[in-house]
Amino acid sequence: MSAAASKKEGYFDCRDSFAATIEALAERDPRIVTVVSDSVGSSKLGGFKKKFPERMVNVGIAEQTLVAVGAGLANGGKVPFVSAASCFITGRAMEQVKADIAYSNVNVKLIGQSSGVAYGELGPTHHSIEDLAWLRLFNNLTLIVPADPWQTEQAILAAAEMDGPVFVRVSRMPVPALARATGSKFAIGKAETLVEGSDATIIANGTMVHRAVAAATALRSEGISARVVNMATVNPLDEAAIAAAAETGAIVTIEEHSVRGGLGGAVAEIIASTNPVPMRIMGFPGFVPTGSAEWLMEHYGLTDAGIAAAVRQTIARKK
Amino acid sequence: MTSPATLQKNDLVPEIAAKALWIRRRSFQMVYEAQMGHPGGDFSAADILATLYFGVMQFTPDRPNDPARDRFVMSKGHCTGAFYSVLAAAGYFPEADLKTYMEPLSKLNGHPNRNYLPGVETNTGPLGHGLPVATGIAIAGQIDNADFRTFVLTGDGELQEGSNWECALTAAHRKLENLTLIVDRNRLQQGARTEETATLDPLDDKWRAFGWHVEVVDGHDHGQLLEVLTASPKGRGKPLCVIANTFKGKGVSYMHDNVAWHHGVPNKEQYEQAMAELVQ
Repeated sequence: MSAAASKKEGYFDCRDSFAATIEALAERDPRIVTVVSDSVGSSKLGGFKKKFPERMVNVGIAEQTLVAVGAGLANGGKVPFVSAASCFITGRAMEQVKADIAYSNVNVKLIGQSSGVAYGELGPTHHSIEDLAWLRLFNNLTLIVPADPWQTEQAILAAAEMDGPVFVRVSRMPVPALARATGSKFAIGKAETLVEGSDATIIANGTMVHRAVAAATALRSEGISARVVNMATVNPLDEAAIAAAAETGAIVTIEEHSVRGGLGGAVAEIIASTNPVPMRIMGFPGFVPTGSAEWLMEHYGLTDAGIAAAVRQTIARKK
Repeated sequence: MTSPATLQKNDLVPEIAAKALWIRRRSFQMVYEAQMGHPGGDFSAADILATLYFGVMQFTPDRPNDPARDRFVMSKGHCTGAFYSVLAAAGYFPEADLKTYMEPLSKLNGHPNRNYLPGVETNTGPLGHGLPVATGIAIAGQIDNADFRTFVLTGDGELQEGSNWECALTAAHRKLENLTLIVDRNRLQQGARTEETATLDPLDDKWRAFGWHVEVVDGHDHGQLLEVLTASPKGRGKPLCVIANTFKGKGVSYMHDNVAWHHGVPNKEQYEQAMAELVQ
């Protein structure tokens, strides 16, 4: 990520929202602890460490221990937020996530930081565009991909509130605060419609949501009415919102993730077995070449214009 | 809660021996009836489990989530014959449930599931998972300055999993004296001897080098096990590793130190011979 992008006026790093929320939670709930694998700075948990030094467990660069210790802390009555780069907390510790967290069904909150292609030039070892596909297989693991600072705060609060395993995917890519009706509420498993529309539906999450809104705005000027649904919860899916999307006759999904098995795959599973309509899944094809995060998104058409074009093409496929 | 510490240790040995014998007999019956299981490892662990549940740990079976309970994590989760038997003997569920071992919809899965059975702290089966989870439990106790202890039993072949060693660093770094690892050192893994597969010796030196306090005992000697497991950990400043030298298949002549009984199952004749040998 370029320095220029991170300082863009009116844009935010959702990690700041995560850090502020977890500190506020810890103030009022003594059970809250954080677990890190030398990932204090990258999780923006320096402030938490200063305020609650006894309640931060740093296991060292050891992701299997990181995740398993989270499970153990939950056994001991804590509410652990286990935070590390999304590529490592998932891929490196996958069997701990499966057996110790999901299958054991424990009250642990996994925070996958700097997900997607945020690490840009560092390359696919550090990208996390497989995480949702991997984790979606664990049926009882709640998956949340917040789109902006407010939703990140809400996701962390909701994760703390519920009793059970949760994964929250927190981006370091700068995103604007989304415009919402006052009094908007976040609920796990409930999608939010940010733009009404009837010709097609764009289903997005995370850093792609604001781009989807911009694409819908551009399409409106051409007379195309595109709905934008922010599907922040990937598990459990809001199947009613997907059924309603199918009613518009064309669906485009977009996510900062592989096109294999993520949000697009999840929506396609529902659509294929209920009400098949033309659909397009946008994301990354797999391992990507060297480039900044912004460059990679441009390169693969994950832009306002790219989304708008995909919507036009998908509408054209309507019978 | 039971308070074994208030009793003379030697007074406990006959009861522990009787429980260990019962665990061997009952678990072998389970394996025979299910025609599945891991009886060799059940038998190497039987004395360790009996000592923990009937001489060391403080727990109340009808309050399995009591925050003050001592925890036991069965990292060698494939040895459910012995583990389920000791849980039943300790009163976590009726002995009659053991008859359902591995049947469809049984709570007694081939590997333990905490959501099915009281007394199971975490779901194990894949190796190298128990010690890291137990370390997390011990850290919770450390943060709260709580008195409970956390015990974890691993196999020895299992120590070939790297997760144990990254966690060994963490536990020693945090001076988790409330954490006790017991290694069931039967020297046989699934396919061959550990030392012919991936050398573990000198195992005691390895744990010492990682910053642990190490005790080496005869893992079939209840007195020795009691001695090291009931010693107060307060002030030690290190996690404890008990290397319990054992034999796979201990207690039955044809199974003794025989790798074929890692997951071998008995026929009728073998079962009857074992039951004839497994007597006081």
